[in-house]
Amino acid sequence: MSTHGEWEAVIGLEVHCQLLTKSKIFSGAATAYGAEPNTQADAVTLGFPGVLPVLNGDALRMAIKFGLAIDATITQRSVFNRKHYFYPDLPKGYQITQYELPIVAGGKLDIELPDGSTKTIGITRAHMEEDAGKSLHENFVGVTGIDLNRAGTPLIEIVSEPEIRSAAEAVAYLKKLHQLVVYLGVSDGNMQEGSFRCDANVSVRRRGTEKFGTRTETKNVNSFRYVEKAIEYEIERQIGVIEAGGVIVQETRLFNPDTGETRSMRSKENANDYRYFPDPDLLPVVVTTDDIEKIRATMPELPEAKRNRFMQQYGLPKYDASVLTAEAALADYYETVVSTSAGDPKICANWVIGDLLGLLNKQSLEIGASPVSAAALAGLVARIADKTISGKIAKEVFEAMFAGEGSADDIIKAKGLVQITDESAIAAAIDEIIAKNPGQLAEYRGGKDKLFGFFVGQAMKATQGKANPEALNRLLKEKLAG
Amino acid sequence: MSLTADQIRQVAHLARLELKPEMTDAYARQLSNIMAMVGQLSNADTANVSPMAHPLDMHQRLRLDAVTAPNLREAFQAIAPATENGLYLVPKVIE
Repeated sequence: MSTHGEWEAVIGLEVHCQLLTKSKIFSGAATAYGAEPNTQADAVTLGFPGVLPVLNGDALRMAIKFGLAIDATITQRSVFNRKHYFYPDLPKGYQITQYELPIVAGGKLDIELPDGSTKTIGITRAHMEEDAGKSLHENFVGVTGIDLNRAGTPLIEIVSEPEIRSAAEAVAYLKKLHQLVVYLGVSDGNMQEGSFRCDANVSVRRRGTEKFGTRTETKNVNSFRYVEKAIEYEIERQIGVIEAGGVIVQETRLFNPDTGETRSMRSKENANDYRYFPDPDLLPVVVTTDDIEKIRATMPELPEAKRNRFMQQYGLPKYDASVLTAEAALADYYETVVSTSAGDPKICANWVIGDLLGLLNKQSLEIGASPVSAAALAGLVARIADKTISGKIAKEVFEAMFAGEGSADDIIKAKGLVQITDESAIAAAIDEIIAKNPGQLAEYRGGKDKLFGFFVGQAMKATQGKANPEALNRLLKEKLAG
Repeated sequence: MSLTADQIRQVAHLARLELKPEMTDAYARQLSNIMAMVGQLSNADTANVSPMAHPLDMHQRLRLDAVTAPNLREAFQAIAPATENGLYLVPKVIE
């Protein structure tokens, strides 16, 4: 992480997060991603005269759920406003959003920094609003194509306080926020599909000064890595401008992932004048204390609480617990493996974190698409626990399971991998090896302890890796001692 | 409250209204009169009045989250000035 000498960055983030509803925020049109253009754009979405918006109850409940998760105040009487601007992907000429009275006000999020310390970032507000459509400039000459499927998709815009001080903190905040909305089930968090988008407000000031510098807003940076690069670039750029005697212009900038730079968007002739006023088509939204308590009762266990429980209940190190609770689906998977296999929780954790995640990552698969189900992995762990196979053979079995060759028991049987626990069979194999290697035996007995490994290797080879390692070691030691 | 000619031009621009230059002064006068009339409200004592977001003393009814709108793209696009491959076409937008 680079530092900036006498300069300090001041960063605030605005995150647009699509809510995971089936229908739009103000109409019954579908919100599914990837549909044929404009097949999910009904009369309300298109802004036809005479239509009226009606608020989606689930969108409201999801926004409240998010507010509760960040310890915010839920506004019990919130209001929708019209925000006016002209752009073809906004057919009405205004966006329905919230302004003075957002549904969620004054929350906070604790983030963990790379050095292990914790920092609390204030969240000013989160308000509900409708998404805009998409403008497609490619493939057309002189015209722009408009797809309004996305228009009217429910969003919450989550606005942080300007309390973030580096690109690394910004990324930590975004990852935490992303994890939270996915955990809560209020968003799919899919950044490629635009479900979770970030605008970064960045300014710099000399360390020790109170007054904020002039800020720029970098729009729509859609991956954690790009956020880090865009902010880092913008900090350096601003310091460079000021140190060269220039001034920062308040403007909107675009990040170019190919160059890693931000550039000014064509500056508007006039400052934005959105002319907000309460939308007369929508009545104030009233949420009772009872409504809020009902939603609170549906809150899932949140990532931190789950991680702490994993450390306590399963005796896992913090690292393991953090990895396993990064996603709710992965945590559920792990808990199924532990409870079904009755195996050692740490061994189960090793299998999930090491072997399973390793192969999933290699094939870019989500945990939900794992070819090995939690119950199937539990079946494997159970065979290690009851000593049917050794941990080493289990790796081979696991790879076969991942490749779809069947259950652990099927594969162990088909490949004849059952562990040799019969000590007389192991002893016979050892005798044979000792007899074949008199030279090594003499050296070993002469004090060359390292040769023990050689004998283990030979014995394992002779038993095709199936000898019970504990019995093999013990018998080998006895016999080599003579 | 008296509006300047510049403010009139700005408001017309925001509303995308074409304004004949010779009408600017007349609009400035008329809109200033309207603002003055509405401006009387500023004299009212609102210390104990909560802001009103809607004239009806009711609150928003909520919809069930269900897909109820059929795909009527063909009907909608039949009355659009220009479409192609399911997209609505508009004059080129450069950002």
